[in-house]
Amino acid sequence: MSQTTVDFVTRQLTMSEETLQAPPAPGYWRAVGQRLARDPVTITVTIILLLIVFISLGAPLVAGADPYAGSVMMRLKPIGTPGHWLGTDETGRDLWARLCYGGRLSLLAGILPVMISLVVGGFLGIVAGYVSGLPGTLIMRTMDVFYAFPSILLAIAICGLLGNGLSNSVIALALVFIPPMVRISETVTTQARQLDFVEAARASGTTTMQIIRHHVLANVLGSILVYATSLISVSIILSAGLSFLGLGVTPPQAEWGLMLNSLRQAIYVQPYVAALPGVMIFLTSMCFNLMSDGFRSAMDVRLNK
Amino acid sequence: MLIFIARRILQAIPILFGVSLVVFGLVHIVPGNPIDLLMPPEASPEVIAQMKKAFGFDQPLYMQYLLWLARAFRGDFGLSVFNATPVWGQLMTALGNTFVLAILAAILGFTLGVVFGLLAAMFHGRWADKVFSAIATTGVSLPHYWFAIVLVMVCAVLHDWLPAQGMGDDSLPLYQRLQYLVMPVITLSLIPMGVIGRLVRATVLEILGQEFVGALTAKGLTRWPVIRHVCKNAAPPVLALMGLQFGYLLGGSILVETVFNWPGSGNLLNLAIFRRDIPVLQATILVLASFFVVLNLFVDIAQAAIDPRIRR
Repeated sequence: MSQTTVDFVTRQLTMSEETLQAPPAPGYWRAVGQRLARDPVTITVTIILLLIVFISLGAPLVAGADPYAGSVMMRLKPIGTPGHWLGTDETGRDLWARLCYGGRLSLLAGILPVMISLVVGGFLGIVAGYVSGLPGTLIMRTMDVFYAFPSILLAIAICGLLGNGLSNSVIALALVFIPPMVRISETVTTQARQLDFVEAARASGTTTMQIIRHHVLANVLGSILVYATSLISVSIILSAGLSFLGLGVTPPQAEWGLMLNSLRQAIYVQPYVAALPGVMIFLTSMCFNLMSDGFRSAMDVRLNK
Repeated sequence: MLIFIARRILQAIPILFGVSLVVFGLVHIVPGNPIDLLMPPEASPEVIAQMKKAFGFDQPLYMQYLLWLARAFRGDFGLSVFNATPVWGQLMTALGNTFVLAILAAILGFTLGVVFGLLAAMFHGRWADKVFSAIATTGVSLPHYWFAIVLVMVCAVLHDWLPAQGMGDDSLPLYQRLQYLVMPVITLSLIPMGVIGRLVRATVLEILGQEFVGALTAKGLTRWPVIRHVCKNAAPPVLALMGLQFGYLLGGSILVETVFNWPGSGNLLNLAIFRRDIPVLQATILVLASFFVVLNLFVDIAQAAIDPRIRR
């Protein structure tokens, strides 16, 4: 161990500034790619996810009907009705079109909070981990307080008080996801600070910003990205849940959670049609979960020798 | 151990204090006085001022906070601004109803989760592992409010097996009232089952890979005593997660309670949000979050009791 440290220090001292970053294990990402290519489950769910993203983004192309055009004559038609192959909702709007368009808001409301919390939480965590002392303690103790709330409760409380709307639901969920992100990135940063090669970099005169950029960020990003992909699944369920409660997206916009709620009364008339929006939420969150599992095991060096 | 417990309790106090600040502050991130929002626009200023005084909304913010906190300590959360009944009574009834669901769902979910996780780890890589892992992943990925709707569809609409919603009358015989519990409990147990199952599987697999397990087998222990040792080592993280999950069951059953129209704390919170009933809202969140803090405290202590290394 100490021999390698010495090697490292001497090597780093003789190297130019540009090559100072932590060298990834040779061919690591290629090995990860190869492992993924051999994992049929991950490939399948990734394809399904791409399809879902495609029908959402390309909704005007694939929907084939106006998601807002209702008809009193066509209310609550069953699956397989000519012209409405997935049936119609309680105001006679084409369900397939609404599912396509609904994907846009559902995916956005699910993924955006995770991305915001990734950036904000990662940043706060690195600061807390690197600047120990008062700022670090302050950040971590504040996070402890937010940790004390069950996540759904906090999201519902924030969203309920801010009022409904897509942006408020995104804010509420981002606030819920920030504390765990901070905790993970703080732990990883503290660990990375004590690594031998970071110590060596510091000893050889690398500035704090450079160390954070090259060494700490590389370590932190890996950990919180894996966590973030698993959070997307939770986030999609929760954001649809907020709309389901009437706290998220407002009608008549198409969103899976909201559609599920407005079709809830119809389970006595068209049970299968009423269940469809939920199927989409389930499918999406399941795929994100399995994809996250697949990436995690492909990236875990210990599991694959 | 006593020092550990004392230190842990001392740490919980500032957190509880912070929680109360957040709960109080949350309500005031929206501009406007709660009374202004509730009163009809044609109400005279005198009446509004009188109402503010009656509910204590005329004081400066920090005084409102201190008064609220002082009264909260005595279990007095004031009156609901919607129907002027004491908040405490409403909250206790609702919490009791939620508690029944949460305890039963926890027992069911934790048992299934541990059994599935353990079996999956023991048969690692074989079909049993795949089946149990699939069940656990499904449990985590299912939008439980949707599952609740599907259950109602199958058990109450398509067939007439179970009552669709509510919790039944007190006058009904016990077995009939139990029927109202079946669907909510099954729905709520899904997430804990999946989460615990996945963690048990991962933890047990990790421990099975450690050297001492090989040593135990080499010493001549048969399969079950070895499993007992593994379980003891896997217990602390699983226990910690169980605590968290139980807290989520108490505080997060709002969606399921809405679908089944179960008169619990989630339902109360939902109503309070839509009625802008600030005292009820504050009290519900404060009590649930405090509960969560205390629960985590107990979990930490239990963990330390099992694993002395945590007591540092």
